[in-house]
Amino acid sequence: MSVERFRIAIVGAGPGGLSAAARAAELGVSHVLLEQSPAHANTIQRYQKGKHVMAEPNVLPLRSPLQFAAGVRERILDDWASGLERLGVNLRCQSEVTRITGERGQFTLTLQSGETLHAEHVVFSIGVQGNPRRLGVPGDELPCVQYTLDDPDEYQGETIVVVGAGDAAIENAVALAKQNRVFIVNRAEEFARVKDGNLSLILKAIDEKTLGCFYKSSCVSVTATEGAETPYLLTLATPEGDTAVPCHRIIARIGAVPPRKFVESCGIRFPSADAAALPELSAQYESNVPGLYVIGALGGYPLIKQAMNQGYEVVGYIQGEAVEPADEPLLAEKFAALPERLSVSATLQRMQQRIALFAAVNPLMFRELILGSAVHCPREGEVVFRRNDYTNSFYTILDGSVQIEIGEEGESRRITLGTGQFFGEGSLLSGRRRSATVYAGAGCVLIESPRRDIVKLMSSVDSVRSVIDRLFIVRAIQSGFAPNTPFEVLETIAARARLTRYKRDEALFKEGEPGDRLHLIRSGSVAVSRNFGGREVTLSYVAAGNYVGEMGLLGRTLRSATVRAAVPTETVSLDADTFAELMAHNPALRADIEAVMRKRIVSNAQTQSSTAGGDLISFLMRQGLGEATDVLLIDESLCIGCDNCEQACAATHGGTSRLDRAAGPTFAHVHVPTSCRHCENPHCMKDCPPDAIRRAPNGEVYIRDNCIGCGNCERNCPYGVIHMASTPPAQPSLWSWLLFGSEARATESEGKSKAPKKAVKCDMCKDQSGGPACVRACPTGAALRVSPAEFVEFVSSEAAER
Amino acid sequence: MHQSILDYGGRRYLKLALALCGLSLVLYLWHDPRSPPNGGTWLGYTLGGVGAALILWLTALGVRKRSYASTLGTLQGWVSAHVYLGLALLWVATLHAGFQFGWNVHTLCYLLMVVVIASGLLGIVLYQRFPQQLSQNRAQQTAAQMLTELQELDERTRRVAANASADEISAIDANIAGTRIGGSTAAILSARDRSTVLLPGGASQPEPNPAQTRMLEWLSARLSASDDPLRTRALSDLVSLIGARRALLRRLQQDARLRGWLSVWLYVHVPVTFGLLGSLIAHVVSVFLYW
Repeated sequence: MSVERFRIAIVGAGPGGLSAAARAAELGVSHVLLEQSPAHANTIQRYQKGKHVMAEPNVLPLRSPLQFAAGVRERILDDWASGLERLGVNLRCQSEVTRITGERGQFTLTLQSGETLHAEHVVFSIGVQGNPRRLGVPGDELPCVQYTLDDPDEYQGETIVVVGAGDAAIENAVALAKQNRVFIVNRAEEFARVKDGNLSLILKAIDEKTLGCFYKSSCVSVTATEGAETPYLLTLATPEGDTAVPCHRIIARIGAVPPRKFVESCGIRFPSADAAALPELSAQYESNVPGLYVIGALGGYPLIKQAMNQGYEVVGYIQGEAVEPADEPLLAEKFAALPERLSVSATLQRMQQRIALFAAVNPLMFRELILGSAVHCPREGEVVFRRNDYTNSFYTILDGSVQIEIGEEGESRRITLGTGQFFGEGSLLSGRRRSATVYAGAGCVLIESPRRDIVKLMSSVDSVRSVIDRLFIVRAIQSGFAPNTPFEVLETIAARARLTRYKRDEALFKEGEPGDRLHLIRSGSVAVSRNFGGREVTLSYVAAGNYVGEMGLLGRTLRSATVRAAVPTETVSLDADTFAELMAHNPALRADIEAVMRKRIVSNAQTQSSTAGGDLISFLMRQGLGEATDVLLIDESLCIGCDNCEQACAATHGGTSRLDRAAGPTFAHVHVPTSCRHCENPHCMKDCPPDAIRRAPNGEVYIRDNCIGCGNCERNCPYGVIHMASTPPAQPSLWSWLLFGSEARATESEGKSKAPKKAVKCDMCKDQSGGPACVRACPTGAALRVSPAEFVEFVSSEAAER
Repeated sequence: MHQSILDYGGRRYLKLALALCGLSLVLYLWHDPRSPPNGGTWLGYTLGGVGAALILWLTALGVRKRSYASTLGTLQGWVSAHVYLGLALLWVATLHAGFQFGWNVHTLCYLLMVVVIASGLLGIVLYQRFPQQLSQNRAQQTAAQMLTELQELDERTRRVAANASADEISAIDANIAGTRIGGSTAAILSARDRSTVLLPGGASQPEPNPAQTRMLEWLSARLSASDDPLRTRALSDLVSLIGARRALLRRLQQDARLRGWLSVWLYVHVPVTFGLLGSLIAHVVSVFLYW
């Protein structure tokens, strides 16, 4: 049998793959589009019916033979299906590629079925979701084993076994248990690493016997039982021995195999072991394996339009065309303000040459970085950012210099940074306010990159990470305790400093241990506690940017308190010898540290006078105040439950309230409603495809209009304060409601609005004069916003009241 | 850092109100009109003008409360001033009237004002006392969560009853069907439990079942008479479930009662305010008409 040969084989029929195949078909290039699922655009197929799909970024023009514009899922899928037919795209569904060997001109692709194909070039557009992890036991190919659950209501009166202990497994099991007999199989003895809400949901369901649970159990085999009432038998290995469970269906939700392993098996290299690392690609999307191209999310471009453009471009590159990338005009516009007139690629090249930090970054990644960045040419003396601003972008100096003003007002001094250097990494890493004011020098050209892009770069390029990390330590020591120590001395000390990450509740050190390290908290926050009669009582809370452990270090005594991470925390620590060296260079340092010590002893004693204060601190820490920059607290002894706060929020934010007053926990009379804490390193920002979540200079974390409604932020927020909502109809004014009885005011739109749903969250009324509407609208003064700076004061005032 | 409306802003509106009362008293004592003190003297007109202005401003709270984007002070500040100046109004208006009352539109206006102020006073007292009780009673749950818990408790009770006998099933169903939370305004505000239950082997009409008492009596009678261990187990489970239900119902009724009180006074305060505005217009017009 002869093996089929193609010029281009495209793996994965998502937006990128479809566009590439369509372009190849349009050009008449022999091609094959291989898709493992039964239909094209599998991810979008699995969106709920009628979901609105957005087409960000708006400024980017679309380049593809296929149509794509924001609209409902069905229309987009239909457009693509008709486009594929019109162009005669050679799409093969249910063709999973398991192996790729060979080189440019003669690749061999092996399919799951055992069939092989030959292709001169291969384009990977397989996304990052990966394939669901299979059960991996005899019988897992039987039709009763499934790896997804689209609609739990589809099944009734069946016996269903859900395998897995993650959020997806719990959500499926609980939803199915309404109409079916459900068992959940957990390999461990508890449900760790799931959202709190899901944990209580599953434990309650197990407790009330609405579903059964096999702990410490794993699957052994699945067999079909002929003629029995339940058609299948799942054998489990349990602590009590093997157990056979008759069932109709098995739903395995045991995670996904990230595609990285498969991609690596094809010879593509990733620059680091970091899970977020992206493969190294040329400006033509070619990987280190010649002839093997990577486009779309796998290459670091998560948006549909980007992937489609790349699909179009990559076929052009393969065919040897000089394709100008779709983003070329955008970059040209960005560079228009530059004093020198060079082509886009020359400008990019010059940037990489000038800025040592970016020298090792591959050109494609750098292009993407600059596309997301802004180029500024500030006048001399202009302020780039001010001390105490909450911005977290990162600046590199392309030309000229900047002056950084460090130290407290009155005794500040200026440091000059020149071409090729960078600044702003402190707020980027710690999520804290800016620690210095920066002024532009003469002929200054700056590149401002958003936090997200730099973080992505740091996880992909080790050299970028290590350079930024080291300079962070130097500057942290410099601004933290040794403003007058020469840079060279600091650099030798920084080389000996240790960067440590702590999980929530992990101890930095414990009471009674010998104290030999000082910790500077780089991100997160810690709780200081002490043992009273066998109980650990929290004394105080220390935010990022401050240090702990200095008491033990100065006097070489035993630790007087235990310090634990209140949230995931990173510290830079110095040992006693290094610290002694630092003090030798800077005799005033000892006095400074003693002053901090005295302050802390007093504040500890104050909270200690009532353990109630300590309990309140622990309670608030559990609610995420350890990473908050501003949180809404309600005094329940004053709250009359009028919900005017929610009304005010809705009225000032397009009709949807961003806070839920009644929900949320209460301790003593302090209630933490479901409302944004404006975290220092916002969880919601982690994975926002259009980068719509931003932080304003005053710390407000807000969502811009280019939200595509994907729901990632809603899932990533550990406090449940983001939800998806469409804009409800406008409300009548007070007078027309009062005098003419216009339609009643409602806070949420009823029924299903056709408008697309977008993420909404508290923006702390940053666009309202007078501050947060919820607080201003509280008739009894029960609503209050507290920042970490006011936190200690708040706790002692509340504790004193009781 | 939290402050109640009474303590707001270092009690500045209390001081303002006291100053207003003090000033009007001094003027009232110093003023020596030819006729007995009344609204027709220059002081009477002045105090009347102040009083009318106060009434209009106090009413404007209703507008300010709904002007969510307003930056004209905080709502808490407005409420604090509303409370103290509203109480001062009673004093100002009484001096304006010179303690002269009769069966006329002027005294009607005064009486309506007294009703509004008295209901407001009740509101202040309720606002000081009830929120804390409300919070304690809820024990970290919202009303909706308590109702969901009740529903889940009832489902469990039904499942356990299925292990007893048909009588228990029908008794539990009747108990659920006969449960009343809320009802008339009086029932809500008194938190009186008017639940009933129609029990097998009991009266032919539904019997009163406040705080699940009748249900518990019926179950415990059957429990003490049971000699089947499985049945005994099921019945004692039912007793404890109904005990939990009793506590939950009590909390729901208390929640409704407290929330009811926190809003019921407004049903007097606000409508009578509109009555007051009407009679105030009548009072002013008639005074100038017969001048």
